[in-house]
Amino acid sequence: MDYAIQITGISKRFRLLHEQYSSLKERAIHFGRIPYDDFWALRDIDLDISTGETVGLLGRNGSGKSTLLKCVAGILQPTTGEIRTKGRVAALLELGAGFHPDLSGRENVFLNAALLGLSRREIELRFDEIVSFAEIEEHIDQQVKYYSSGMYVRLGFAVAVNMDPDILLVDEVLAVGDELFQRKCLDRVKQFQQEGRTIVFVTHSVDLVRQICDRVAVLDNGEMVACGLPGEAVRSYREHLQLHQREEEAGHAPAESAEDDDPWRDSAIRITGVHFEYPGESKPPLMSGKPLAIHVGYRAASPVDDVVGGLAIYNSDGTNLYGTNTDLLEVDLGKLDGEGEIVFHLPTVPLLDGTYPIIAVLCNHALTVTYDMRDHEDWFEVMSFSKTLGQIELGAEVSLRPSAAALDESGAA
Amino acid sequence: MTTLVPRPSDADSPRPVRTPADSVVRVVSAKVGLRTRFSDIWRYRELLAGLTRKELKVKYKNSVLGFLWSMLNPATSILVFYFVFQVVLKNGIPGFAVFLISGILCWNLFQNALPSACVSVVGNAAIVKKVSFPKEILALASVGAALIHMGLQTIVLIFFLGIFRWGPAVAYLPLLVPALLALLVLTAAIGIFLAAMNVRMRDMQHLLEVGLQVWFWATPIVYGFMTIQAKVAVSKSVVYQALWVAYRLNPVTPIVMTFQRAIYARPSPRGANGVRVPILPEHVNQWWYLWQDLLVLAVGIVLLALAMMLFSRLEGNFAEEL
Repeated sequence: MDYAIQITGISKRFRLLHEQYSSLKERAIHFGRIPYDDFWALRDIDLDISTGETVGLLGRNGSGKSTLLKCVAGILQPTTGEIRTKGRVAALLELGAGFHPDLSGRENVFLNAALLGLSRREIELRFDEIVSFAEIEEHIDQQVKYYSSGMYVRLGFAVAVNMDPDILLVDEVLAVGDELFQRKCLDRVKQFQQEGRTIVFVTHSVDLVRQICDRVAVLDNGEMVACGLPGEAVRSYREHLQLHQREEEAGHAPAESAEDDDPWRDSAIRITGVHFEYPGESKPPLMSGKPLAIHVGYRAASPVDDVVGGLAIYNSDGTNLYGTNTDLLEVDLGKLDGEGEIVFHLPTVPLLDGTYPIIAVLCNHALTVTYDMRDHEDWFEVMSFSKTLGQIELGAEVSLRPSAAALDESGAA
Repeated sequence: MTTLVPRPSDADSPRPVRTPADSVVRVVSAKVGLRTRFSDIWRYRELLAGLTRKELKVKYKNSVLGFLWSMLNPATSILVFYFVFQVVLKNGIPGFAVFLISGILCWNLFQNALPSACVSVVGNAAIVKKVSFPKEILALASVGAALIHMGLQTIVLIFFLGIFRWGPAVAYLPLLVPALLALLVLTAAIGIFLAAMNVRMRDMQHLLEVGLQVWFWATPIVYGFMTIQAKVAVSKSVVYQALWVAYRLNPVTPIVMTFQRAIYARPSPRGANGVRVPILPEHVNQWWYLWQDLLVLAVGIVLLALAMMLFSRLEGNFAEEL
C-alpha cells in the first residue's frame, strides 16, 4: 500500500509549568528546577493514511486532534514516535499566518509561499492565479495592514491552496469567513479530493465529516478511540461526548438525582424504568430505518384509572423531534394496578446516526397531574452508513426529466 | 425518464493516482540528524533570501532616510571615537578613522546580527506556531540582513579611504574572504544558539546587550592589538597573564586584525612625531593571518554544529512556549 502519511507510535507530552519561570533570575532562585506537571496530549497514536485518502479527525476540545495535526505538519515535535510524510505538505492552520502588516500583498505572497516551501520561480508561475482567487487584484500592492480581515483571509487561503500540495492539512479554518467563502473553500477541498491529493482535517462538524471523509479517526484524551468509516466513527464520537457530559453532570450536580428531590415520590403510579427493544436485532445500536419498541415500565401502589402515557424523542441539541401519548394515539389504558409496561412500537426510525434522549411521562387525561417523568434519563443510539446530511433519512431518489423540447432536439441530432 | 442509480460511496470509486509534486519523504520525529537539518536549510534557501529582504524592508519602511541610516550609524560612531581618542586622548594612531572603520566594519556585522537573531524566534511567534520550516532560518536571516548592512557600510569605508588617500594592502585583500566567512559562521552559530535559548529564558537578550559591550572593548577595534600585548609583556602579574589568555581566545580578534591588516595596511606606522606606533604584529605574513582565520572558521563550524544540535533539541518546544 502506498502511504502518504505514516504515523507510528506518536506521543506528545506537554510540560505545564506551574508558573512562568522564564528568566535566569527565577531559574537561579529555583536552582534550575521548575515545578511542572506532565500532560500527555497524545498517547501512542498509530495511523496510516494512504495516498488520495481523506481522513477526518474528530474529538472534543482538548482531545489532541489539533496537536496531532500540528505534529503531522511538523510544527510540533512528538515526544516519541515518528511521522513520515511523502510529498509536499500544506497546512491550513491559520490563514495568513506570517503575513507582515508592513509589507505589501505582493511581497507577502512571495514570503508566505517561500515559508510553505515554494521556490521563487514556482511562485511567479502561480502568482496571477493566487491574486485572482483571492479577488484582490487592485489591492495587491497595498500594505497588508490596510486590508480588511476578509481580504487577509482570502489571500492566505489563496496562497495555501495554490501551492500544489500533495498533502493538505486543514484545521477548522473552513469555519471562518462568510458562507460564500466557506463554500469556495469546500469546493477547493473537493477538487483536491478528485485530483487524488491526501487530505487530513480536524473538525467538530459531523455533517462535514460525513460529507467528505473516507475515514474518520476519533480522539479522546489523547488516545485514538475509533478509526473507521464515517458512520461508525461519528457514533463513537457521540458516545464519548455523551460519556463526558454524563461525567460532568455527575460531578456538578449530584444532589439533583438524590431521592429527596424527587417530586413524584408520593405519586400513586411510578415509572419503574425504560428499556429499548430492537426487533430483529439483539443489541444496540439501532440501524437507521429499522423498528424500535420503547418499553415504559410502571408500578401502581393502588389502582389508578386516570392515566396517560407520553413519549418524546429529542436530539442531542435538545430539539423535540417527535412526541406522542396514549390519548393522541386513541388508546385508553383503563385502570392500572400493580406492575406492567406501556410499549410504544415505532415501525421505522428514519433518524440518522446520533444519540437520542427521550422523555417518558405518566400523567392524567387533563394533563394537570404528572405522576412521574423520566426526563432525558434514557436514550437510544442510531447508526447510519448513509452520507445523508441532517437528522432524518428521507430516502430521496433522483430522476432526470429533460423538457420535451430538449428531447426533440437530441432526437433530431 | 432516466433514473440515476445511486452511486456507490466515494471511497469505492477509484481516484486518480497522483505523482507527488515533491517526492521527498519528510520525517517528523524527536530525533532528526544534523545532516537532515542542514539539507532542510539548504532546501529553504529562497526563504532565507525572502526573510532577509523582509527584515531589511520592514526595518526601513516608513523611515525617511531609509538605508542611509545604516551608513549614518557607523559614520557617527567613527566621528565620536575619533574625537575622543584622537583629539581628546591623543592616542597618536595615524589615520585613526581608517583604522577604526576597518575594525568597526566587521564588528558591526556581529553587533547588528546577534541582537536581532536573539529575538528572531520569539519575535516571529506567529509563524513559528503555525508554519513548519527550518526555524534556524529566522536567526540566519538576521545574519543575512547584517551582511547587507555591512555591504552598505563598505561605502562609508571607501569614502574614508578616499578622504585620507589611504591605500589598502593589496596582498592581504584576498584574506578578507576567509575572514568574512569565518565571521559569518561564527555569528550564525552564536545567533542560532541565542535564538533557541531566548525562547526559554527571555533575559538572554538583556544578557547579550551587556555581553556585547564587554566583548566590544575586549576586541582590538578602538586600540591596537600590540598596545595590549606590550602591556602584558612588561607585566609579571598572574592576573594579567590569565586575562591575556582569555583575551587571546576571543575569536573575533583575528578577524578584526585581518581586516585591519588588509584595509588599514600598516602594522606600525610612524606617528606625528616620527615615532613608530605598534598596532599589529610586525613579523608575520599573510599565512599567519590565514592560519588564524581558518582556526576561527574551524571553531565556528564546531560551534555551529553544537548550536544546531541545541536548537533541534529545544525546537520541539518552541510552538508551546511562545
